[in-house]
Amino acid sequence: MDTVPAIDVRHLRKEFGDNVAVADLTLTVERGEVFGFLGPNGAGKTTAVKMLLGLIASSAGEGRVLGAPLGDPRGRTKVGFLPEHFRFHDWLKGREFLQLHADLYRIPRPVSGRRIPELLDLVGLSAHAEKKLRTFSKGMLQRIGLAQALLNEPALVLLDEPTSGLDPVGRRLVRDVIRDLRERGTTVFLNSHLLGEVEITCDRVAFIRKGEVIYTSALESLVEGELTVHIRTRRPDGMDPIRWEGVLAGLERWSSNVRVDGEHVALTLLGEADLPAINRYLVERGAHVYALTPQKLSLEDLFIQIVGTEGGL
Amino acid sequence: MHQVGILVIARLTFREAARRKILLGALLLGLVFLLVYGLGIYFIQQDLVEHEQYLKRVVAVPIYNFLVLSGLYVVNFLTLALTVLTSVDTISGEIDSGTIHTLAAKPIHRWEIVIGKWLGFAAMLTIYLLLMAGGVIELTRLITGYALPNVPRGLALMWLNELLLLDVTLLGGTQLSTLANGVLVFAAYGVAFVGGWIEQIGAFLGNQTTVVIGILSSLLMPSEALWKRAAFEMRTVLADAVPVNPFISALSVPSPMMVAYAALYAVVALVLVVWNFNCRDL
Repeated sequence: MDTVPAIDVRHLRKEFGDNVAVADLTLTVERGEVFGFLGPNGAGKTTAVKMLLGLIASSAGEGRVLGAPLGDPRGRTKVGFLPEHFRFHDWLKGREFLQLHADLYRIPRPVSGRRIPELLDLVGLSAHAEKKLRTFSKGMLQRIGLAQALLNEPALVLLDEPTSGLDPVGRRLVRDVIRDLRERGTTVFLNSHLLGEVEITCDRVAFIRKGEVIYTSALESLVEGELTVHIRTRRPDGMDPIRWEGVLAGLERWSSNVRVDGEHVALTLLGEADLPAINRYLVERGAHVYALTPQKLSLEDLFIQIVGTEGGL
Repeated sequence: MHQVGILVIARLTFREAARRKILLGALLLGLVFLLVYGLGIYFIQQDLVEHEQYLKRVVAVPIYNFLVLSGLYVVNFLTLALTVLTSVDTISGEIDSGTIHTLAAKPIHRWEIVIGKWLGFAAMLTIYLLLMAGGVIELTRLITGYALPNVPRGLALMWLNELLLLDVTLLGGTQLSTLANGVLVFAAYGVAFVGGWIEQIGAFLGNQTTVVIGILSSLLMPSEALWKRAAFEMRTVLADAVPVNPFISALSVPSPMMVAYAALYAVVALVLVVWNFNCRDL
């Protein structure tokens, strides 16, 4: 069973009346991946997650989660979920809340009796175990919600905007938890618009717009691959301008995309390896080099480049 | 394995209902009611005891019977109000607040959530009904020595009535907002109530049209019919001779068919709750 993808959906679609929330979602998430699901607000991220969990029935398409068809409760035995608007039965105490959800996972009491204190400790709420959730801050609720999603030692964890209510310490905690899950081989599906978080934690990302995956890529090749080098350089004194143009044209041996604008030169590279050679080439030809700045494309740049600036809705 | 999920939800529902002020209020109100009822019975009994033995047999028994049935009528309504008020937002409220998301994303079927909730409320209303009805019947017996006939059958009908209203309330909760659901359930109960009385008066006057109206309202919501049948079962035979009891009219007793219809109504309503909740996007 462990060889089947954690998530495998084909042409999922969801309409609410005339409103198409998810147009055509096709997606495969392999076991052990930390997968970022990115998109502007209103792109259909939460609807997609709810379809994966059987909370919403799809209008069309099909899929499997951990090998079980969408909506089949058996598929959720090893799934953990932290909803975006984490609202819980707030009259329960912290420990009671975790016990309730452990019981719903049908975890035997002796096992949950050990697991619950561990998780309370993990999310830093051991001191608040006997307090009612009503007295919890937003960040504390999110922490206990995260603990709830880990009760069953899940094979797949779906986190819907897990850091949106958290302070920097809480965000660090979520990052650490995700890293820990990755080490255990747990698949994590992270639904987020906080790109910084995704950049740090995810192996692979999908960009979604209007309920359609428009781009999927390993984060490594996205962010660490392509970079733009900005060079500020001036023609050597007494050099012929035509010859100088020839020198700059010589940069094309490293990049097919060289843009020259006065003393500013920009070229796109596939990695950092060629930077020293480029510098040496210019200096050896007498050029005055004032700056040579490699600039990686941030996930945010990519996001805007891919999804566009129109935002959601 | 299903019973695990059902029982977890049932326990959660029972605890949630039990911690509400509505239940505390219903219990306090119930106690006050039992106190007033007991005092009333006591003074009436003091009055009647001075009469001759013959009078006591012919007059006192129908009066005690009427008083117990009046008491049970109040119990019927209090239990009903408690049932509707505690269960009215259990499904719509959990959907609105989003607490349903973490529950329904667990490895349990939707129907387990519905049946669990149903069991939790059913347990609560059963305990309340037994406490209150038992209180009325036992108080009367202790003070006057009058034992109500056919108690198990009568209480079973009252119980069915409460379960019927629970099902209707849950059914509304899968479709309507909390407020709309509450209004609708009480309105339906009101229609049945008025329809029942119209039928009874119509039967007394021999007006066939009003009898039909009454039957139609009972088909729409058989709650009043169930109460009338319960009262009929628990009546004293002497009450037929001395017509002091407005709950019982020999002319318009709901038939066993109507009771069977009500039971079927309750089952179908619960099946519809499960079906609606299954189809609903959360």
